[in-house]
Amino acid sequence: MSDRRTLQIKQMSAHPGPIPGGEPGKEVQRNYDVCKLVDTTTCIGCKACEVACVEWNDMPFAATTFDNTYQTMPETRWNFWNLIKFNEHQREDGTIQWLMRKDQCMHCADPGCLRACPADGAIVQYTNGIVDFQQENCIGCEFCVSGCPFHIPKFNNTSKKVYKCTLCSDRVGQGLEPACIKACPTGCLKFGTKDDMKFIAEERSKQLRENFGFQNAGVYDPQSIGGTHVIYVLHDATDPERYGGLPKDPQIPWSYTIWKWLAKPVLGTFALFGLLSVGLHYVMVGPRRPQPDPQEEGIHGKRG
Amino acid sequence: MGSAVERFDNEARRKFDSLGRNEVYPGELLRHRVYTRFLHWMVALFFFLALFSGFGIYLPWLFRWFTPIFGGGALSRAMHPWFGLAFAVFFGLQMLNWLVPMRWTPADTRWIRNIRNVVSGAEKLEAPDTGFFNAGQKVQFWEIVIGCGVYLITGFILWIGADTFGRIAVAVSYVLHDISALIMLGGIFIHIYLSTIGEPGTFHSMTRGAVSEAWAWTFHPAWYKEMTGRDPRQAYEEARQRMRGAQTKP
Repeated sequence: MSDRRTLQIKQMSAHPGPIPGGEPGKEVQRNYDVCKLVDTTTCIGCKACEVACVEWNDMPFAATTFDNTYQTMPETRWNFWNLIKFNEHQREDGTIQWLMRKDQCMHCADPGCLRACPADGAIVQYTNGIVDFQQENCIGCEFCVSGCPFHIPKFNNTSKKVYKCTLCSDRVGQGLEPACIKACPTGCLKFGTKDDMKFIAEERSKQLRENFGFQNAGVYDPQSIGGTHVIYVLHDATDPERYGGLPKDPQIPWSYTIWKWLAKPVLGTFALFGLLSVGLHYVMVGPRRPQPDPQEEGIHGKRG
Repeated sequence: MGSAVERFDNEARRKFDSLGRNEVYPGELLRHRVYTRFLHWMVALFFFLALFSGFGIYLPWLFRWFTPIFGGGALSRAMHPWFGLAFAVFFGLQMLNWLVPMRWTPADTRWIRNIRNVVSGAEKLEAPDTGFFNAGQKVQFWEIVIGCGVYLITGFILWIGADTFGRIAVAVSYVLHDISALIMLGGIFIHIYLSTIGEPGTFHSMTRGAVSEAWAWTFHPAWYKEMTGRDPRQAYEEARQRMRGAQTKP
């Protein structure tokens, strides 16, 4: 677990009672919402961030998959959290646009993985917005895989735990930028507060729209999940799907919202009312005994 | 097909009768044979193992103390599908064993319409056309049959995971699995209550296999008639006279 002195927990999966480490918002240090900005318009697909991620997080070597693209493998893996997705988009005039997008955990403000998780403290969200998996508490149910709109958590079948990008919470907690940011040679990756990154992203989008002819350029920061702590500048923000399946309107299944937090406790209580009702039946109506019942015949004998 | 099931059941009942024994004392009737009792308790065992391992995951903030019973959350999650599978397999055998007595009849429809009088205790004796199982028992049985189907399908999807079936399939299965469990949980309270303190004399039909004749003519009159050839109402009146006679004699 990352240093608790510097990373105050804000939300915790399936946790009863108060959050350990004090009340969020009352901690001594100021906590900014951190944010990673990925400018897909200046990414050159060098994959330095992929290597930096594997190195810093000390991942074992993973075999790559060649599928006639520049992409290292089809999707992220439990031990490969940072993947540049290469997509060829054909414009209306027949020319090709080569899109490169750094795919990793988006660190949603309202994380579907955390909502879905039934294990106490297996997924936490720090007050700076980082969503982190705590594998020692993970029970390996894979509900987070179903809760995530970005197909990020990956299951390791040997350890029976789920893994994903930590936004280098260990580095950020010590005042360092994430490893991928440090490795980026073009400045396509930036790291700072959410407000600053949003400002830079909007400025860059404006520049793309006004000076470079990308009329639909914009920022990807989906509000359907409260915004994300990884934001993109896209050439065409109206169609994020073309960047390797970035969902336009990411959603958390209602099973993990309405059902889990409202219907489940309510219906569970109703099931306990079943216990109450048979208990009350016993003391109010009483058991049904095989007839004739000697006791009853003795008491009500005269009634006939 | 039907006859193959019948042959299998008969063979199993015969085998289990030679493995165990039924204790039937004078004035009692044999209700559940060894095979039925074996299946019942295996179903019960795995039902509760699956229930407790599942409930720690269902409502962790209330039932997190269930998971340590199984060695922690990860082991609960690992074992829950196997418990559930064993439950479904044993219940599947019980279903084959009980297909015939669980068949729905017009008498059951009448019983359901009359349920208010049964629950309120207004009618001490069951209607004379109540057979080996009453309609309440049949409803619960078929609920578990359907519930097991839901468990198996949704449980398999949850077991294998979203990587194979997609996140929406898992999200939907999760809810259906829970609903099935809640219905069964509600049913089990009623089942345990009625088989123990709610209807005294029932429990040993699932331990040594026998019930008293009085129990039979009270709760399952048509079955009593089938077993003894005597009229249940008349047998009851006779017993009542005997009891009163014994009482008035000083």
